[in-house]
Amino acid sequence: MDVSYSDVMSRKKDILMRSTGIDYESFEISPIAFDYEKLMASCQYSLEDVQSVLEETGVGNTPLVELKNTTELVRSISPPGKGGRIFIKDEAANPSGSFKDRRAALSIYHAKKLGYKGVVTASSGNYGAAVASQAAKRGLKTIILQEVYDSRKIGQPEILEKTRACEAYGAEVWQLTVGPELFYIMLRVLEDTGFFSASLYVPTSILGIETLGYELAQQVFQREGRFPDMAVITHAGGGNVTGTARGLKKAGSHDTLVVGVSVDLRGLHMASDVDFNRKSFTTGHTGFGIPFLTWPDRTDVPRNCARGLRYLDRYVLVSQGEVFYTTDLLSKLEGMERGPAGNTSLAAAISLARELDRDQILVVQETEYTAAGKLPTSQLTFAQENGIEVRRGDPRENVPGKAIVMPERIDQIQVEDVDMEKIRQSYFANVGKMTKGYSLTEGDILFLSEDSKSSVDFARSTMESLKITRAEAV
Amino acid sequence: MANARRGDLVQIHKIILEPDQRPDSLPSCTKSVPFECWIKGFLIDENANLGDEVRIETFIGREISGTLCQVNPVYDHDFGVPQEALLSIGKEAKKILGESSGE
Repeated sequence: MDVSYSDVMSRKKDILMRSTGIDYESFEISPIAFDYEKLMASCQYSLEDVQSVLEETGVGNTPLVELKNTTELVRSISPPGKGGRIFIKDEAANPSGSFKDRRAALSIYHAKKLGYKGVVTASSGNYGAAVASQAAKRGLKTIILQEVYDSRKIGQPEILEKTRACEAYGAEVWQLTVGPELFYIMLRVLEDTGFFSASLYVPTSILGIETLGYELAQQVFQREGRFPDMAVITHAGGGNVTGTARGLKKAGSHDTLVVGVSVDLRGLHMASDVDFNRKSFTTGHTGFGIPFLTWPDRTDVPRNCARGLRYLDRYVLVSQGEVFYTTDLLSKLEGMERGPAGNTSLAAAISLARELDRDQILVVQETEYTAAGKLPTSQLTFAQENGIEVRRGDPRENVPGKAIVMPERIDQIQVEDVDMEKIRQSYFANVGKMTKGYSLTEGDILFLSEDSKSSVDFARSTMESLKITRAEAV
Repeated sequence: MANARRGDLVQIHKIILEPDQRPDSLPSCTKSVPFECWIKGFLIDENANLGDEVRIETFIGREISGTLCQVNPVYDHDFGVPQEALLSIGKEAKKILGESSGE
């Protein structure tokens, strides 16, 4: 079979259908709309089913810890009466050390049930280790494709640690150089092996994360007699936000404000060989966070079940320096040494809790394990070796790729709000670009409003202002 | 003498796409270099030297060929060096907490 780039890409649809067991076309309604809930329900697992699958491999039921010292510190810099209580879901307690075990567990169970002998995924982060760990428990083979090196064969310490972890779990790891051709090689490997595509974006992946939102709502309710007021969630591809928000709703926690957080890496090009090692975060950053909101279907499957814009009430950014600072604070004040990337949402929480009343509850919904390569000292050392300035100062002086500035004072930690209206407009504009020549129907408008958590009027007027016309207007 | 013998843990290197096979949409710094890959496994050939074309059995038992580039590859990522910008964060926070609790 021809394995040239163009030939493999032309077989994409068939390869993905065989490797996910999902006929995505059967959920399509129009060039714009698809039946999201029908796709989510297509693999037929209830929340209870998912919980028991996760329990079999020791995933979930992680501790909810109140960060009392951090809350007290935040209150010392908050206006009178302000400073909400901060809780954290210690997801590092999962088998491979992150919430990604929830994301992998059901997919691996499902793959085995469907008769696949192995699984393939493209991940340079915790997800790869989670897939390898879950597959080890279920007796499936694993291939992990990782973007690790620049063209000098210099790799981010955090990713080198993930290679080690995946190999420790018995996976075959392909360590690749920078480039979106990761997807091409994934298709080739899927075609060669006939393995299951454990994509981050299939329904089983999101259903697994629902248990996280459900659990944290239940734990807060059982302990405090009320649901959390705010859930703060690190956002990259959208799965963490989507699954957690859906789980909160399933628990009955309808009024919890869903806040997404990314590390600000604006200005760095994600496919650039040069920029690759100028960033100190490999996920949870704007390089994924913003594009996945403005065009969620840019993934390794035809329709992405991780749809952050459907669920976000607010989206904020923090700097790399603020996250490293917070990571050290968590060790020193709470006795929890955890990985920096998992503390992205905690950094935001220090700012957001100041807006809440003292009796209100904010939940940071993850932590991740830490190890060589995956901690502030190793990542900052690597940054310095790559010409990045590292110092204390005003976090506003952080410049992605140039300077990492740790705050001098706790009150300098301040989230930057992303304008959600602009994000929605950008999503709609992308829809228009992707479906040029197609005339919108009323059903499409309804889909777009649901898919962007906006009103039907907003969706209609925005599409009209973008001159993306509706069928009856043509 | 050969660098590696059958059964040794080794790493191979492969070029997956040469620059001219990569998509034009890439940034020029990425488009100008090949798309490369490294994989670990156990040497299948009886003997081999660095730079030889070899076959390996990967950790899941698949056979893959490529150029032998390391024997007994090590994980050398570490904890980094102490960072001055981190050293006093805890102390500063504890001082504030001490003050606010009236200590």
